[in-house]
Amino acid sequence: MALKIVKGSIDRMFDKNLQDLVRGIRNHKEDEAKYISTCIDEIKQELKQDNIAVKANAVCKLTYLQMLGYDVSWAAFNIVEVMSSSKFTYKRIGYLAASQCFHEGTDVIMLTTNQIRKDLSSPNQYDTGVALTGLSCFVTPDLARDLANDIMTLMSHTKPYIRKKAVLIMYKVFLKYPESLRPAFPRLKEKLEDPDPGTDAESHLVELLHNRVVALISLRRCDFFAVKYLGLLAMSKILKTHPKSVQSHKDLILQCLDDKDESIRLRALDLLYGMVSKKNLMEIVKKLMLHVDKAEGTTYRDELLTKIIDICSQSNFQYITNFEWYISILVELTRLEGTRHGHLIASQMLDVAIRVKAIRGFAVAQMATLLDNAHLLTGNTQRNGICEVLYAAAWICGEFSEHLEDPMQTLEAMLRPKVATLPGHIQAVYVQNAAKLFATVLQKHEGETESQAAQETSQLLIDRLPLFVQSANLEVQERASCILQLVKYIQKLQQKNVEVAEEVTALFAGELNPVAPKAQKKVPIPEGLDLDAWINEPPSESESEDEKPKAVFAKEEPKHSRSRHTEVDEKELARRREVRKQEQANNPFYIKASPSSQKVYDAPGVEHIPVVQIDLSVPLKVPGMPMSDQYLKLEEERRQKEKAERKKEKKKKREKRGKERKADSGPESEEDIAPAHQVDIVTEEMPENALPSDDDDKDPNDPHKALDIDLDKPLADSEKLPVRTHRPELLKSPAEDRDSESVPQETKKKSGKEKKEKKKDKEKDRKRSKEEKKKKKKHKVEEELLESQPEEAVQSEETKEAAAPPTSTSAEQEVCVLMCVCLQEVTAPSSAAAAVDTSSATAPESEPDEPKDTEPEDTKSSKHKKKKQKKEKEEKEKKKKKRHHHHHQHHGDAGGEDSVQNGTVEEEEPLPPMSNYSLLAENSYIKMVSVYDIQGNHQDESKVVVSVIFENKSDSFLKSMEFNVLDSLNSKLQRPEGAGAHDSLTVPFQLPPGVSNEARFVFSVQSIVMPQKLKGTLTFIVKSDESSTHEKLDFKLHFTCTSYLITTPCYSDAYAKLLESGDLKGSSLRLEGINMPFHHLLARICFHHHFSVVERIDSCASMYSRSIQGHHVCLLVKTSDQTVSIDAKCDEPSLLGNVLDEIKQTFSKC
Amino acid sequence: MIKAILIFNNHGKPRLIRFYQYFAEDMQQQIIRETFHLVSKRDDNVCNFLEGGSLIGGSDYKLIYRHYATLYFVFCVDSSESELGILDLIQLICFFLCVCVFVETLDKCFENVCELDLIFHMDKVHYILQEVVMGGMVLETNMNEIVAQVELQNRMEKSEGGLSAAPARAVSAVKNMNLPEIPRNINIGDINIKVPSLSPF
Repeated sequence: MALKIVKGSIDRMFDKNLQDLVRGIRNHKEDEAKYISTCIDEIKQELKQDNIAVKANAVCKLTYLQMLGYDVSWAAFNIVEVMSSSKFTYKRIGYLAASQCFHEGTDVIMLTTNQIRKDLSSPNQYDTGVALTGLSCFVTPDLARDLANDIMTLMSHTKPYIRKKAVLIMYKVFLKYPESLRPAFPRLKEKLEDPDPGTDAESHLVELLHNRVVALISLRRCDFFAVKYLGLLAMSKILKTHPKSVQSHKDLILQCLDDKDESIRLRALDLLYGMVSKKNLMEIVKKLMLHVDKAEGTTYRDELLTKIIDICSQSNFQYITNFEWYISILVELTRLEGTRHGHLIASQMLDVAIRVKAIRGFAVAQMATLLDNAHLLTGNTQRNGICEVLYAAAWICGEFSEHLEDPMQTLEAMLRPKVATLPGHIQAVYVQNAAKLFATVLQKHEGETESQAAQETSQLLIDRLPLFVQSANLEVQERASCILQLVKYIQKLQQKNVEVAEEVTALFAGELNPVAPKAQKKVPIPEGLDLDAWINEPPSESESEDEKPKAVFAKEEPKHSRSRHTEVDEKELARRREVRKQEQANNPFYIKASPSSQKVYDAPGVEHIPVVQIDLSVPLKVPGMPMSDQYLKLEEERRQKEKAERKKEKKKKREKRGKERKADSGPESEEDIAPAHQVDIVTEEMPENALPSDDDDKDPNDPHKALDIDLDKPLADSEKLPVRTHRPELLKSPAEDRDSESVPQETKKKSGKEKKEKKKDKEKDRKRSKEEKKKKKKHKVEEELLESQPEEAVQSEETKEAAAPPTSTSAEQEVCVLMCVCLQEVTAPSSAAAAVDTSSATAPESEPDEPKDTEPEDTKSSKHKKKKQKKEKEEKEKKKKKRHHHHHQHHGDAGGEDSVQNGTVEEEEPLPPMSNYSLLAENSYIKMVSVYDIQGNHQDESKVVVSVIFENKSDSFLKSMEFNVLDSLNSKLQRPEGAGAHDSLTVPFQLPPGVSNEARFVFSVQSIVMPQKLKGTLTFIVKSDESSTHEKLDFKLHFTCTSYLITTPCYSDAYAKLLESGDLKGSSLRLEGINMPFHHLLARICFHHHFSVVERIDSCASMYSRSIQGHHVCLLVKTSDQTVSIDAKCDEPSLLGNVLDEIKQTFSKC
Repeated sequence: MIKAILIFNNHGKPRLIRFYQYFAEDMQQQIIRETFHLVSKRDDNVCNFLEGGSLIGGSDYKLIYRHYATLYFVFCVDSSESELGILDLIQLICFFLCVCVFVETLDKCFENVCELDLIFHMDKVHYILQEVVMGGMVLETNMNEIVAQVELQNRMEKSEGGLSAAPARAVSAVKNMNLPEIPRNINIGDINIKVPSLSPF
């Protein structure tokens, strides 16, 4: 007994380890889930203890449970704790767990930055290694940005073990933070070129493997399928770089086509595609044709067929030397029964016939034969895909009918009654081209005294066309009746012996040219065409107000259906298909598919497919030997002949020239193979002055697109990687005045500092590198100096620093503002005086209550002078080397005055009809409009972004705007690291008069079930010519519960499940006297309260939304006679109550 | 890039999973099930490559697997042809080797790879794997190097006392005692208790 107790207590003391857990799970096969849940409870207890060993043990077990599919994200913080242990044993466990379950959405990942940095710089290489390995799995854009520089340093670590890991992880860093690629590239390149024994084994491997793999494939009885497959795969990759080395293994690859494993056969086919040359094309295709004959099962045969066509047609028929051969190959392929790829063959026929003029005669002859033997192609199975070929055949015969030997016979073949069984679109082509043939026949027999033949043809048409006039296909019917009438008319004329041939031929005159598929896209936009501009007056305000809600709602809908499409699983699809079939069966307007044709498709065996024996008497095939083989033979003979001739020539030459040109005697080189016929391949037409653009081939979703960076461009200062520097260093940086003490600029300074450090490094590097570079650099500097005055060069550099990445958005905005201001200065100085005049003249009118702008009127002229004086002063100042914010400010100043014109001319921007922007606060200077925007739905559970539009209504310049909010317990304004809880945030721009700009502020919110109001103030400096005053504007930010909702689509089945689950609590709301159409009502709820419509039936709709913290909110909205009742359910009753209140308020307003 | 490494047994029970792209846990389990379904129905004498299942990315991804005794080792790799295609080439070729290396390394570290070893030492297998593949990229293919690094790290763990240090081992020895024996021990214990009471000096 005693021992049992002791054992129990020891158990509790030392807990289960991983092995015990696994053993336990294995011993509890029946109630595994229950056992694991008790284990998880134990683990939770263990995690609460202070002992790091116990914690690590618990985390280790969690890693195992994670593998079994248990969500362990709740322990993320404990994992971080274990990661930060100083012992390698525990650290390793922590990082392993993190790499298994951390991802971009894990919030604690932010906490790891410093720990990882510490580990990366640890003296123990395995600490570093473990950190790198872990980081490679859960690196986020933020981590990548913060740690890029540390990893870069590791690339030159003393231990190769660390170096290679650092080099590999850089790839992940680039993917997450592409900006780091350019600055890191030189060092990376250096590393890769460096013959480091640790990292370059791979490239050697390629070569070694190539040889080994070739040897292995050739083993006949090789059960090492993997090698075979991989060898083929490897070859296809090697092919791209070293085509010659692979081409020599052609026979081996052809053997692989006999393999019983389909994966290998398909891979071999892929490989063949890249291997063909002018020389071996015919041979390869011949082998493939043999396989086509042998191949059983339509999928593989279809694959073969497409590959043959791909191989032949690749790069604009580059490898085809004899198009007659190709046409015969295509004709032979038509013998394939039951293939889906009839249209492919057809399009190839059309393509060749249209683009290779020399081949038309031959093609037309072949097509005429095909048409004549159409019954063989179509057989009983009229739904057979191969009959598509007849489409091409008919068109070619009609279009190039001048090449036909006996158009009359072909015409007869095209009008056989059997044609009526072909699919409609083919019949239509038949009818149309019969007319073309008719025209040719007429022309041929024109002028003959006995126009018997012509009259017979007319009669034939008149006899046969009525069959098509009765066709069920609209297109066929229309064309047939039209042509029938035409022929009847012509017959009348013929009887009067009127010559009509020319006029009839004129109907079909003109040649069709192939057009490149991208041609339309490449048509350049004509000058002066602005597609965004209104052609007519834009509709008036009132109209759009009515329209807008509708549009918003309509927009929602298609989005739903599209996403729904992608989500539908196969079961659902099958079900829908069934329903549709049922519907169609009951609908008399649907023609039911004949059961016979369906059978043919369903039959697994080949017995059902009637094997068409091509009659040997039919001239489609040379008896005993397929036609294409004949060409192959001919070709070989021809080549040998040529070779012989060439040898003779060469001998002669050699006799003449001696032994000079021994080297180029390679008799098999590509150039030697001359095409059998002189062919000119008509290239596809492109519009005139088409824009050369290759970018349209790129996939916009390619994850590597971000890495599409020009690596040769010199590094801009702003692209430097952020490096951590210490605060003391900051203080050392040149003193700055009040303006720039604000936080964003502080970070900019940091980067500026770091940039300087970097520069030093760089210079060292450069010293090492060649002198040339130095010269270049000097040259560049000189250029800079030339461009701007010396002092300005310093300034411009400083402004560049301001654009450093850490606060990229604000920096960008700042740069934008700067640029605008600078531009204004550049364009406006001449009119500056005038501008000032207007400003003083118009300002009092436009802003009568403007307190500051009470300038005495007599200063008009003096002001003018002042301006001038000021300019002079400024120039002096410039020479005195100013700080950049002075410069900045000055620009702002001047710009401010200059743009007064704009400020007064432009009216206040009207708010869009349905907008979430609402007025936050305004006074005579500034107007704030704010919107609550929700950021990061699932990843950032507690972030709300408030976008505030600041609009300067005064005609003074507003600067140093600082935004501050009194934080509540629940909602806090996010301030940059290191800032106090009451510090204000600097608005990252200044406002010239009349200008508005938008700033975003991030708030962290804890509870979202209650609406909240936050008091805040905006302080700013109003700067006019004479004075600058501090002003203040109070405002209240209202965080409604609605603003925590995110529009989330929901499918009706999921919605139903959600409601059934019973976790939701209900509430309801009644709105009386709502006098608007139901869809307007829904649109309003959708727009203002971020709901989406799940389903709508008549005057009843279900809607869904989700809070940023994952609460489900479901609404059922019903309407009848101006009364709207809303039944709502949500897992958080107080949130629901507040949302309903807000909805009520929305509708009480209108 | 390697998207995932999955090791599961003939019944589809996961023995080690390593995703280099984030999937939620339930999705991971679905992927394992789907992959198992795809792989297990294949003959042992066909090649070891097939297109990935729909969950893991469809035909853009390949499943490369080996069947070792009761275990399936499945690697899911992409075949996207990008600018980095050539890198992928190297990785793909190394891939097969990698599978070999991985299994052989397991052999060395565990003497003889067997499902039970994997089950009870999942963490150790992870540590070995980490030396071969990092973040979906092949890190090292030299077996000696890998073994050396793994052993150095294990030695370091030992010098720190390890997670299952001496006391814990003693405990697990106690735990492994056969329970049916315990009553007997207790009986003996009773006697033992008597004995000291009988002979108090």
